[in-house]
Amino acid sequence: MASAPAIRTRGLRKEYGRTVAVAGVDLEVEPGQVVGLLGPNGAGKTTLIKMLLGLVRPTAGEAFVLGRPVSDWRVRGRIGFLPEHFRFQDWLTGREFLEAHGRLYGLPAQERRERAQELLEMLGLARHAERPLREFSKGMLQRVGLAQALLCRPELVFLDEPTSGLDPLGRLLVRDVLRQLRAGGTTVFLNSHLLSEVELTSDWVAFMRRGQLVRAGPLAQLLSGAVEVQVRAQPREPETQIDWGEFGDAWPQGDGGWRLRLASEEQVPDVVEKLVAQGVRVYAVEPRRLSLEELFLQVMEGEEAG
Amino acid sequence: MRRVLFLAWLTLQEVGRRRLLWIGLALGAVYLAVYAWGFRAAFGEYLGERPRSEEMARAMALGLAMAGLYGVNFLVVMLSVLASVDTLSGEIASGSIQTIVAKPLRRWEVVLGKWLAFFLLVLSLVAALGGGVLGITWGWSGYWPHNVPEGLALLVLEGAVLISLSLAGGARLSTLSNGVLIFMLFGVAFLGSWVEQFGALMHNESAVQIGILTSLILPTEALWRRASYLMQPPDTTFAASPFGALSVPSSAMVVYALLYGAAALALAFRAFNGRDL
Repeated sequence: MASAPAIRTRGLRKEYGRTVAVAGVDLEVEPGQVVGLLGPNGAGKTTLIKMLLGLVRPTAGEAFVLGRPVSDWRVRGRIGFLPEHFRFQDWLTGREFLEAHGRLYGLPAQERRERAQELLEMLGLARHAERPLREFSKGMLQRVGLAQALLCRPELVFLDEPTSGLDPLGRLLVRDVLRQLRAGGTTVFLNSHLLSEVELTSDWVAFMRRGQLVRAGPLAQLLSGAVEVQVRAQPREPETQIDWGEFGDAWPQGDGGWRLRLASEEQVPDVVEKLVAQGVRVYAVEPRRLSLEELFLQVMEGEEAG
Repeated sequence: MRRVLFLAWLTLQEVGRRRLLWIGLALGAVYLAVYAWGFRAAFGEYLGERPRSEEMARAMALGLAMAGLYGVNFLVVMLSVLASVDTLSGEIASGSIQTIVAKPLRRWEVVLGKWLAFFLLVLSLVAALGGGVLGITWGWSGYWPHNVPEGLALLVLEGAVLISLSLAGGARLSTLSNGVLIFMLFGVAFLGSWVEQFGALMHNESAVQIGILTSLILPTEALWRRASYLMQPPDTTFAASPFGALSVPSSAMVVYALLYGAAALALAFRAFNGRDL
């Protein structure tokens, strides 16, 4: 029997008065995937995550996590969460904090002691374990926050800006943790502004804009689908304009160069054929895969234009 | 229930961290010291100047004990509101509530854990300060008021009502709005209670009714009046004072206060449950 999706939403919507924060999101995430949720500020990403955690009540639609409705409080015993703007009980030491949250997860005493120690070591905080959190740096707080999200050995983890405040070494550490989670079959739902982090760690991405999910799919497929083509071509008659037709607008780069975005690499021969048919002399056609950042801009600009 | 107890412990830790507990304990000790000093000075001097009369000594001790307990009553009101007023709204505003509510627990357990913590705080305050005032009174004069357990229980109930109301407000309002709301309600009830006492003194039924109405809005002052009435002998001379009651709230008002507190707590559960965090 196939296992239930880690996340499934149907028409999930959230309105605050007349403002629509999330406008009917349909989403399905298979177990074991690392999902990057991308979008500009105010796109509704954090609201979506909060609805999946039962922190925010949807106005309409339905949402399931690990096969259970989000309203089922018991399912949260299998879920970890690192909020974006988290504040913790800063009078507790690192170890006390983790053990306290272990108690909230209902872990037995022995297990929460061992798990706290294991996570303190994993996140490089073992030698700071007896210091109160108010003495922690921002990066250390972020790491201890990540540790509390992993206390219950979660099947699903929501990480809202997990690398915020971390230095490059801290980011490397988080990347390593994400790799371990993926290897252990944990589904990770990652909201980050750092596109390079998402590109390195995610195998599935979803783009949100103005509360809507505008594109989603496996990262490799999305990146392989969209290509940017550098074309060097000259019409036979200098005063003639090149007709790019169904391939949209091309950006002139000077010296006979053009930059063109295509939906897939399969369109490259069609472009050449169309140019040759117009009598255009084609000197070079170089397809180049988009980076996630370029894909992000393309998706957002495309939506803006749409 | 283990989660509720743990959340209560966490809340008490928070209270301790904010030094509220220690400031309360230190000021409580000062309060008792001042009371002991004042009691000894007033009681000793008064009786020293006059021929000793059992009746006079008893009336003197009763008056001082009621004045001391009136102070405790005021401190119960202050502690109940100030300790709990930002526990929900503050944690909602800072976001620290998110990591707690995202755990496998029901939201009402968070509210109940906090309520229990503040209730224990009020219980300790009444036991320590109320017991202290009565102990000092007994130690210097040998006088012990009537119905002490019932009277002190009503002070604890007064605190419990205010904590429930404060949590209900904190689940929806900002800390400032919640604090203003509760103290305004308390002010209305306090004023109404005085109108009621003057009404009873002047035999003005309308004024008495106004007092009863304001007690329905917030029954805390009525609980103090009832506690004060119970702890004094029937022939008391302190009825027409802040420490007494000419118009005595009935036991039905105590039942009403219990229901009021329970309803406010249920409202806190409901408001926090429906709140977006």
